[in-house]
Amino acid sequence: MGLLQEVFQQLVNGLALGSIYALIALGYTMVYGIAKLINFAHGDILMLGAFAGFFVLITASAATPILYIVSFVVAMAICAAIGVIMEKTCYKPLRNAPRMNALITAIGLSFFLENGARVFPPIGPNPKQFPTLANVNFNLFGVNISQVQIIVFIVSIGLMVLLNYIVNYTKVGKAMRAVSFDRGAAYLMGINVNRIISFTFAIGSALAAAAGILFSTAYPQVEPYMGIMPGIKAFVAAVLGGIGSIPGAMIGGFILGVAETLTKGFISSQLADAIAFGILIVILIVKPTGILGANVSEKV
Amino acid sequence: MMNKRVKNSAILLGISILILAAVAVFIRTGVIDEYTAQILTNAGINVIIALSLNLITGFTGLLSLGQAGFMAIGAYTTAVLVMQLHLPMVVAIPAGGAVTAFFGFLIGFPTLRMRGDYLAIVTLGFGEIIRVVMINLDKITGGAAGLKGIPPFSEDFTWGPIISFAWVYIFMVLIIAVISNLINSSPGRAIVAIREDEIAANSMGINVFYYKMYAFTMSAFFAGIGGGLYALFFGYLNPTMFNFLKSADFLVIVVLGGMGSITGTVITGFILTYLQEFLRILQDYRLVIYPLILILMMLFRPAGIMGTKELSFVKLFTRKTRVKGGVSQ
Repeated sequence: MGLLQEVFQQLVNGLALGSIYALIALGYTMVYGIAKLINFAHGDILMLGAFAGFFVLITASAATPILYIVSFVVAMAICAAIGVIMEKTCYKPLRNAPRMNALITAIGLSFFLENGARVFPPIGPNPKQFPTLANVNFNLFGVNISQVQIIVFIVSIGLMVLLNYIVNYTKVGKAMRAVSFDRGAAYLMGINVNRIISFTFAIGSALAAAAGILFSTAYPQVEPYMGIMPGIKAFVAAVLGGIGSIPGAMIGGFILGVAETLTKGFISSQLADAIAFGILIVILIVKPTGILGANVSEKV
Repeated sequence: MMNKRVKNSAILLGISILILAAVAVFIRTGVIDEYTAQILTNAGINVIIALSLNLITGFTGLLSLGQAGFMAIGAYTTAVLVMQLHLPMVVAIPAGGAVTAFFGFLIGFPTLRMRGDYLAIVTLGFGEIIRVVMINLDKITGGAAGLKGIPPFSEDFTWGPIISFAWVYIFMVLIIAVISNLINSSPGRAIVAIREDEIAANSMGINVFYYKMYAFTMSAFFAGIGGGLYALFFGYLNPTMFNFLKSADFLVIVVLGGMGSITGTVITGFILTYLQEFLRILQDYRLVIYPLILILMMLFRPAGIMGTKELSFVKLFTRKTRVKGGVSQ
């Protein structure tokens, strides 16, 4: 295989991975934009979503396309509910507390979900094989594209378009943008801020659940700590694109996915995990608000 | 004033020596068994690193999630200095701290320009990068397989546990003394001012970046010392020991003890390290209870058990002799 083909192969892999990162990053960026909080437990919602999908899929002997769609619906619904519960019980009481408290709560929540899943008998500490659809490979000018990659790409792009529609063209989306812009003023205009924040958590968590199933389809294994790394990387993607910006999260996700697979393919797979942080640090030094982030001046 | 300071130090020194002697006697006579002695030593190391984290997170108000990375630098440096260059431990441990401080200084430059959540995530990133570098520098660090055969504090079987404890304890007392003096000094006041309100501190003429760097480098130094002690105490190092979970362990100690309280960190450091061993009977459930405590603490008592209060032995001793109208600490 020629070098050019190799590069294209890695680009395809990178785009598939990047679209998963973008989906997770959207949850981060929306929650951050509206609640001004890094939801550290977002990666663990991904894990819960992957397990919800797993339990749906193992009900049948082989994964069928219909069951696969059902697993998406179930996982997204369950995770949306968990996201809302999480927000109501843990984050809402801290909304006016110092930022550090909310961040520490989020870290605690993340550990709670991971280790809770570990001791929860049906999940348990051991990795489990994720049932996948029969794999078909397509060959395009010597570049291999798998069916899984196509599914990942189509589903994530579809969800992003749907999200874009919700945020930009619906009433609740308008309310979300208003809360994000100025919570106090939105409240005075009669927007139910609590409901909007809960809704944001629900959407973000549902997207994470979908990403969880896609992630487990691409890397067919589920375990309680599987959400940590994708979670952190998606956060990096969100910051990279400019946290709070939805197109930014998508761009950041794709950049990160491509950068990671290129590192894996051409430099060293060991360094791939560090590359995300390297990019983050460089970006924050050069443009602290990310690629599409707005410059905010400090209010004195 | 000078008299009071001398008195202050003398009382603390006396109490420290008493505690050390008492523990040594207890270990020797078997009141404290070897297992408990190890837990105590481990607790001392945890206290040192938690104190270093408290300096940056509690006193300066910068949430750092990469403290285990600094600990790793100190641990590997000390181990390599002792194993390859055969430096005496008493030199190698501070040298490990100094190297860590140097890296802290380098990392601080880009990092400390950020605020709040960004800073937290970037420190986390640096912690992870340090870990990946440790895995890749396999000629020096042994890579993913780890570094074995680090000489212990003492080969002696009967006195070993006491000597290990004494090493850690002495460093702990020294670091407590340095940090508590630092906090009450002029840079310390500047640091606390930055925590309370960065913009106000800046407009009062405090060089915010300088003092953040100061606190961050000091914090790295102490974490490096803690790491060095850790390496010599356990005799084995592996990059996976220094992951994000380890950093979070120290954060839990600091948060529960009270961000900005040295006493709180020391007390919770010992209690939590013991509790962790004690809760082993609960197996994995321990890992669920732990974060639950953290969340409940944040919801119901966000300041931690001590808040920013300190326990002062001097006050206990001088309460009766205090003159009316005199300036108290």
